[in-house]
Amino acid sequence: MSAVNSVRPEPVEGLLESRGTTPGRRAWRRLLRRRSAMLGLVIVIFFVLMAIFAPMVAPHDPVATSWSAVRSAPSAEYLFGTDEIGRDVLSRVIWGSRASLLAGLVSVCISMALGVPIGLVAGYVGGWADGLISRFTDAMLAVPFLILAIALAAFLGPSLTNAMIAIGVSATPVFIRLTRAQVLAVKVEDFVEAARAVGNPHWRIALRHILPNVLPPLIVQATLAIAAAVIAEASLSFLGLGQQPPAPSWGSMLNTAKNFVDQAPWMAIWPGLSIFLLVLSFNLLGDGLRDALDPRHR
Amino acid sequence: MTQYLAKRLAAILPTIFFVTVIIFTLQQLLPGDAATIMAGENQDPNVIAYLRQKLHLDEPIPVRYGYWIWGVLHGDLGESLRIQEPVLGLILQKLPVTLELAAMAMLIALVIGIPAGIVSATAKDSVWDYAANVVALWGLSTPNFWLGILMILLFSVQLGWLPASGYVSPFEDLQGNLAAMIMPAFVLGNAIAALLMRHTRSAMLQVLNADYVRTARAKGLDERTVVLKHALRNALTPIITLGALEFGTLLSGAVLTEQVFSIPGFGKLIVDAVFNRDYAVVQGVVLFTSTVYIVLNLLADLAYFLVNPRMRG
Repeated sequence: MSAVNSVRPEPVEGLLESRGTTPGRRAWRRLLRRRSAMLGLVIVIFFVLMAIFAPMVAPHDPVATSWSAVRSAPSAEYLFGTDEIGRDVLSRVIWGSRASLLAGLVSVCISMALGVPIGLVAGYVGGWADGLISRFTDAMLAVPFLILAIALAAFLGPSLTNAMIAIGVSATPVFIRLTRAQVLAVKVEDFVEAARAVGNPHWRIALRHILPNVLPPLIVQATLAIAAAVIAEASLSFLGLGQQPPAPSWGSMLNTAKNFVDQAPWMAIWPGLSIFLLVLSFNLLGDGLRDALDPRHR
Repeated sequence: MTQYLAKRLAAILPTIFFVTVIIFTLQQLLPGDAATIMAGENQDPNVIAYLRQKLHLDEPIPVRYGYWIWGVLHGDLGESLRIQEPVLGLILQKLPVTLELAAMAMLIALVIGIPAGIVSATAKDSVWDYAANVVALWGLSTPNFWLGILMILLFSVQLGWLPASGYVSPFEDLQGNLAAMIMPAFVLGNAIAALLMRHTRSAMLQVLNADYVRTARAKGLDERTVVLKHALRNALTPIITLGALEFGTLLSGAVLTEQVFSIPGFGKLIVDAVFNRDYAVVQGVVLFTSTVYIVLNLLADLAYFLVNPRMRG
């Protein structure tokens, strides 16, 4: 949640001093040098592979119940133990990575698909359009992120798709604001003036000249927003507003685990640890990207 | 001052207007409408028609918005669709519980976050700085409902020191109240502490490089006085303003924390409302929180304005 709230408009001039190599390649080299960011990247890749190959790596069917193995402690057969109706916790954690990663990626795509164009218009066109968009953005930001997401998910109806829409829409104002601030900074640059002077149409200036230059801070924000979205999806699922049973999701696993914490603590440990690791790794990656893309930060 | 206040107030009005529009629009997302929900199982067409008329559901949308906002302006946030009680009453009834939780959480966050931020800024790049940053990252990445469950596991199940749930009013049993609230308050304060630590660290780093801090050192003041009296005082303003803005994080977190520890507060109200499909309550809660947030935002701005002479110029 916090990551979404902490918008720091990043100056981009530092990226324009390129000689020899492309800015992207230099940023990548700087990122490679940051050990914490690399750790984040490795964990993210680990979870992505786990989600893709879930059917192959999961030792059991994630929804198959077994009455002979209800809440059985971790053993060789069930490494992470089983849940209240005898489902394998490890398999459910593995399959649950799909819901979390999907929710993280899809909802941030929604936020960007809505927020970047709107922010671009606000910043580039200015005037009453900017006024209207900015007031609307203020209004959305006035509703606490998770509470807005809960309200939206409640009105749309509980499902993973609706949770992703709710989270995506709730996180949109952050992208509107960031894009707008960046565009305002970039549009007074000389190269934009030059593009205008040679007679480029407005849409071309906005898309070809301004947009690429506002992307780096948006990439940083998107990475941190994925972390926030993963927590948000887990929160909504924990409240029963996300992935619906019996499909596995880390948040809903914790919701049931809460009721059996005295008898089957393993039900609570692993899904929570997975959320923590995934969120941590996106946060590490985001912080690293910020340093790599904007060397003057810090 | 008056001019500034007037300007800020004028900027707030369109924001509040848009908030009400957003909240009103939520209703339009519903499959079916409030009348079919209130009509219950039978779905008697006569009852539905009557309710539609009573709730103005057969009017055009702008007119319905007019009716709704007229009520809101008169302190009428509507009626709970389930228990036929005024929504505002329900909110005010639950609010003190959440306020206590939030206040305790904020206190814990301040006590942990600000000293940690000071230490990590004054000893930048030391082991302490590194440790504080790691702890902050942990605080920001841990879902607070999971932390809540882990704490219940340790302190209630394993050690048996604290109750896992069961809220008691502080007026009935203060000790019992504190015992029930300390874990949720810590869980909620943990994430805010991490944010405060980061704010404090960056504010202190900026201030510690300022000329007047160098002057204070040059005068031969001991480091303690320089850090606590000269630097911290100036760094505190942005920290407090940013802290006020974490109100949203605090409330979002309270929803989950109250759910884990079964605390009958504001967050429980909205979650229960969601599951009872009591949309008037959901709308009321969202409107109430955002209005409080906007007002807090204004107060933070004013505080900033008052304590910072440069802003008055």
